[in-house]
Amino acid sequence: MSLSKWVRRIGKPVIFAACLVPVSLIVADIFQGRLGANPIEEITHRTGDWTLIFLLVTLGVSPLRRLTGWGVVVQFRRMLGLFAFSYGLVHFSIYVVFDHFFDLAAILEDIVKRPYVTVGFTSLMLLVPLAITSTKGWVKRLGGRRWNRLHQLVYVSAAGGVLHYLWLVKADTRRPIVFGLVLVALLATRLWRPGKRGRRAEAVVRDAKASLG
Amino acid sequence: MLIRKPDDIKSSDITPESTYINRRKFIGRGVAFGAIAVAGSAAPWAVRAATGRRDEDVQDEPLTSYEHVTTYNNFYEFGTGKEDPSRNAHTLRPRPWTVTVEGEIDKPGQYDLDDLLRGITIEDRVYRLRCVEAWSMVIPWRGFPLSKLISRFEPTSKAKYVEFHTLYDVEQMPGQRGRVLPWPYVEGLRMDEAMHPLAIFATGLYGEDLPNQNGAPFRLVVPWKYGFKSIKSIVRIRFRATQPQNTWAIVAPNEYGFYANVNPEVDHPRWSQKRERRLPGLFKRRKTQLFNGYADQVGHLYAGMDLRRNF
Repeated sequence: MSLSKWVRRIGKPVIFAACLVPVSLIVADIFQGRLGANPIEEITHRTGDWTLIFLLVTLGVSPLRRLTGWGVVVQFRRMLGLFAFSYGLVHFSIYVVFDHFFDLAAILEDIVKRPYVTVGFTSLMLLVPLAITSTKGWVKRLGGRRWNRLHQLVYVSAAGGVLHYLWLVKADTRRPIVFGLVLVALLATRLWRPGKRGRRAEAVVRDAKASLG
Repeated sequence: MLIRKPDDIKSSDITPESTYINRRKFIGRGVAFGAIAVAGSAAPWAVRAATGRRDEDVQDEPLTSYEHVTTYNNFYEFGTGKEDPSRNAHTLRPRPWTVTVEGEIDKPGQYDLDDLLRGITIEDRVYRLRCVEAWSMVIPWRGFPLSKLISRFEPTSKAKYVEFHTLYDVEQMPGQRGRVLPWPYVEGLRMDEAMHPLAIFATGLYGEDLPNQNGAPFRLVVPWKYGFKSIKSIVRIRFRATQPQNTWAIVAPNEYGFYANVNPEVDHPRWSQKRERRLPGLFKRRKTQLFNGYADQVGHLYAGMDLRRNF
């Protein structure tokens, strides 16, 4: 089997199924009543955690490729990014439905008045254009360089997500700090790039093409 | 006590028959439940359920299940996750338990808890518990008014406040290894709040001794204040002339105050306090009541106070 066939037939379905594991576990826990006294809070926290984890994993794809030379990993990046966005959407929808029951005024008040909601909402909204332009057509339309520029927004979104978590917790900041440190480490690998500028630009274009799958 | 004339009584104050019937049903359930829960051991709860709730009890609101009351706890001494305390609190040894009583009193000293409790009648109280995190429960506590114990210590006229400390012992409370909060946990009340008949020391819930994760062997329950005021596993009671610094107000003074009275009009800076989620409910639809629904009983304590400033 050629590599591209392997990616299509085996690699992607396996990663796709793996990405569904967290949400499947949540659903299983719902049906078995294992979410405790405050199921909505539990689901909100878990989907929030997974949104950040998927964002960080997505951001880890390029560094992993550079470190290992496995070009193939880039082909899974779009899927991982879209899963990050999906978990984020579920996280936000639960808040809209169960915390506010579609009370738009209350939601707006939250977004305007409470910094952790402001930054969380903004971070999710930043992912919307990225999800929309994740298709082949959009990469062509924008051109690799511009497309890449736009998709750098994912760093802003991830940083916002970490801040959202940090501002939300009452006293125990350990988990958001771990997420933050991972993000900083991933950013650092971006800044540290051996090789010439020209090669870097080339890599950027190659990246964009590769992520088309 | 004010005795109302018949024309003072609004028709809305009269319990509708459907509510009355529901109450009977509840009591019926209570008996059944009590029989299962205590299985013949602690008869008082069954008796209590049979006699129904008293005036100071929450009426017409179903109890939060024993399982939820004992597995969803904020007790950072055993971890910051809600289920951590129920998993980790087995290391706590609630007996023997020494309580240090000190400060502006005539009878300071170190007391064994069982000596302190001798001769005190344990009562059942069904109270709402409203957490500052916008969730709430209804819990059948066992305990006795603070005032009964406090009067024994004979506070001097200088005693204007009373301060409480939780046990600080990393062997028994592994969560204290981390510096999540400054230990020990400290809370306090104004003297008139402490002497209010609704403020109790709880020694049990659901007819049995307090489980460790709920603050064994004895804790405060102040139902008109946010849950964090109701300090658990108390080892020190200090009477003071000045207002104590309570832990959460030290950690985040713009978010948590000394009074921490439940108030839907005064938002926590990071979330609204207008509504609450009555566990295990899914929607945050219950309207939060001023003083958690105990305004008639405790409102006078705060007459003339700016509740927005004294949050």
